Amino acid sequence: MAALSEEQSMIRDQAKSWASEQAPVQKFREMRDSGIEQRFTATTWAEMIEMGWTGILVPEEYGGSELGYLTFGVVLEELGRQLTASPLFASALVGASAIILAGNEEQKQSLLPKVVDGSELLTLALDEGNHHQPALTALRAEKNPSGFTLNGSKTFVLEGMAATTLIVAARTSGKAGDSEGISLFLVAADAAGVARSSMQTVDSRGYAKVEFNNVEVASDGLLGSLDQGFDVLESILDRARAGLGAEMMGTAAQAFDMTLDYLKTREQFGSVIGSFQALGHRAAVLFSSMELSRSCMEAALQAIDNGDDDIAEATSLSKAKMGAFLHEMSNQLIQIHGGIGMTDEFDAGLYLKRARVLESAYGNQAYHRNRYATLLGF
Amino acid sequence: MSESMQPDQFRTSVREWVEGNFPSSLSSYVPSMEDDNDGSLPDLELWRQRLADKGWGAPTWPTEYGGAGLSHPEAKVVGQEINRVGGFNPIPALAGMGVTMVGPTIMEYGTDDQKARHLPSIASGAVRWCLGLSEPNAGSDLASLNTKAEDKGDHFILNGQKVWTSGAHISQWCGALVRTDPDKKKRDGISFVMLPMNREGVETRPIKLISGASPFCETYFNNARADKADLLGPLNQGWSVVKRLLQHERQSQTSASSGGTKRESLQDLAKRYVETNADGSIADADLRSRIILHLMDDQAHKLTVGRITAEARGNVEVSAAASILKNSATNVSQARSELSLELMGSQGIGWEGDDFNEQELNTVREWLWGKAISIYGGSFEVQNNIISKNILGLPETTQKG
Repeated sequence: MAALSEEQSMIRDQAKSWASEQAPVQKFREMRDSGIEQRFTATTWAEMIEMGWTGILVPEEYGGSELGYLTFGVVLEELGRQLTASPLFASALVGASAIILAGNEEQKQSLLPKVVDGSELLTLALDEGNHHQPALTALRAEKNPSGFTLNGSKTFVLEGMAATTLIVAARTSGKAGDSEGISLFLVAADAAGVARSSMQTVDSRGYAKVEFNNVEVASDGLLGSLDQGFDVLESILDRARAGLGAEMMGTAAQAFDMTLDYLKTREQFGSVIGSFQALGHRAAVLFSSMELSRSCMEAALQAIDNGDDDIAEATSLSKAKMGAFLHEMSNQLIQIHGGIGMTDEFDAGLYLKRARVLESAYGNQAYHRNRYATLLGF
Repeated sequence: MSESMQPDQFRTSVREWVEGNFPSSLSSYVPSMEDDNDGSLPDLELWRQRLADKGWGAPTWPTEYGGAGLSHPEAKVVGQEINRVGGFNPIPALAGMGVTMVGPTIMEYGTDDQKARHLPSIASGAVRWCLGLSEPNAGSDLASLNTKAEDKGDHFILNGQKVWTSGAHISQWCGALVRTDPDKKKRDGISFVMLPMNREGVETRPIKLISGASPFCETYFNNARADKADLLGPLNQGWSVVKRLLQHERQSQTSASSGGTKRESLQDLAKRYVETNADGSIADADLRSRIILHLMDDQAHKLTVGRITAEARGNVEVSAAASILKNSATNVSQARSELSLELMGSQGIGWEGDDFNEQELNTVREWLWGKAISIYGGSFEVQNNIISKNILGLPETTQKG
């Protein structure tokens, strides 16, 4: 754990006790089994808003506390431990970052206070294919007399069914694959021509496919500059990736703790299985890679807070390292628990399923390794 | 305000001193653990003496023991300023195991007399120390050591064989772990004694390694005398002393990956030895991805060293991290050697001769030598035992063997 400020430590303690008492993994399981479309519990979300977490990134003039990304990460880590389902990440981290980084004064004033009070729920609609590749954005936005007309489709839109405003990456010039010619738009989720359908994913969280059929967006719906949206999109994504790293850390750390606990209590051959060196060493190796991954995850959040110039490298390192560790840890969670780990009744499966979704979101390990190498110039 | 001024002033004064005192003739000199201050390099002796006078050989040690009483950040500034002029601090290498391991342990366990007699000559680099710990039948299982020390009143008589005594052939003093009570349980009958290497009955033989000549020796004690005044810590409690000593060793090895001397980066090596695409990326996608993984491991290691240092300022218990860092430093360093060899291809398998340049030959020797890193100072497996038992609290194995 990074050397946290007093305020950050307080928020961590608050998040830890709230998540484990008010939103434990059992709540997530109940939500999953209830089959509700929005894929989070309304009261859980209301309490998060109440605690001020939706305003952690938002400047005070727009109703937030502007405590920064490391602070947000501290909260996400605790939520990741309990698999707490909510639109906090999609709206208050990704959505708020987009408005803060790309929005004009009017957009900030109209949206940020509503992100904080929960009356607006933002989400980024980016991916179109089955792999994260922002430059491949193909959804067309064509100029019309009063603004733009959007045609195309988006997939894997986080909290897409619950969102009130979509931040849509669209192509305003050039062709798919070009980083030039991408623009961001704010589109009301209930606008004419927007058709959303829920995706049933392995982690039971909320995702949507969104079709855009001649969707009219007024010119003040352009977020950031025309055709030049790629760089700011990458900045938004880096914040998303770094935040996701913190949630991944929480999920992996909980998986580690569950495994360690099992190693100390499960008996076979007349001994607790943690006394077997093969398993002791496996735990030692997992613990070591958890510590190494944590450093990368925290460094990315700190780089953003410090405004460093290597944010892209730091976040790709974090996402790749966290992806690798969570992947291995979630597999070992099942393996070390043995048969019980395979049962739906036990929580291990919930963590494994969530792990793979987090790993692939906003670029998987391979994506970020390649990006890291490219940024380093080889 | 004054807080931000003082470090600058300190740095300026260090810079001036270094610029005025580092002999420029040494700027192309590559220091190593095997440096023997045999007088063949008068400027090396001059530089050692100047640093010793400032107490900057072991800058964080108290002044009464030959250090300069500096804080760790101040010591870092001294190191940075010496590096800035292409210089180096030869004293830790000249003192052998003295500065990194023996000195800190004497500071903790030694009598006032022992501190006064030994610490200043370590801090000045005048006396080189070796350590007699491992034996042919006591490696990872160090506590099964057999070297016998018989109590003769005011001294012990030592008989036995030590192995991997690094630098024993050029050391003046040795710290040795010996059995003082064969009837007690193995960890309870061990003591830590110190003796001069020129005592009668002490003999060393160098060990040739897979990488060629090495600083390692076998050391034989044949009725060699160790004075009781040089028993470090209480009789039969040498195991606690050595555990502390080995903690100091792990701490000193945690940053092994970054190495001292400037190494060419793998990216640059790749540009010279393998095909690259027009955009500078390595054409062999498999090799490229393995290099990326390694560079990420390297960065993760460095960030972890930094994070643990930052947390230490917040008074978090950090010594537990030493085993993690030792293993990750080992992984990074060994992987870099393997990748360097692979990049060099057939130029990376030379042993000697004109067909290979110096960098290529050094890379091969370093690769071979590097296999020792996961063995010495507590092997990779021993570190994992420490992590699983001491950090994670997993129970001792109940399996036989």
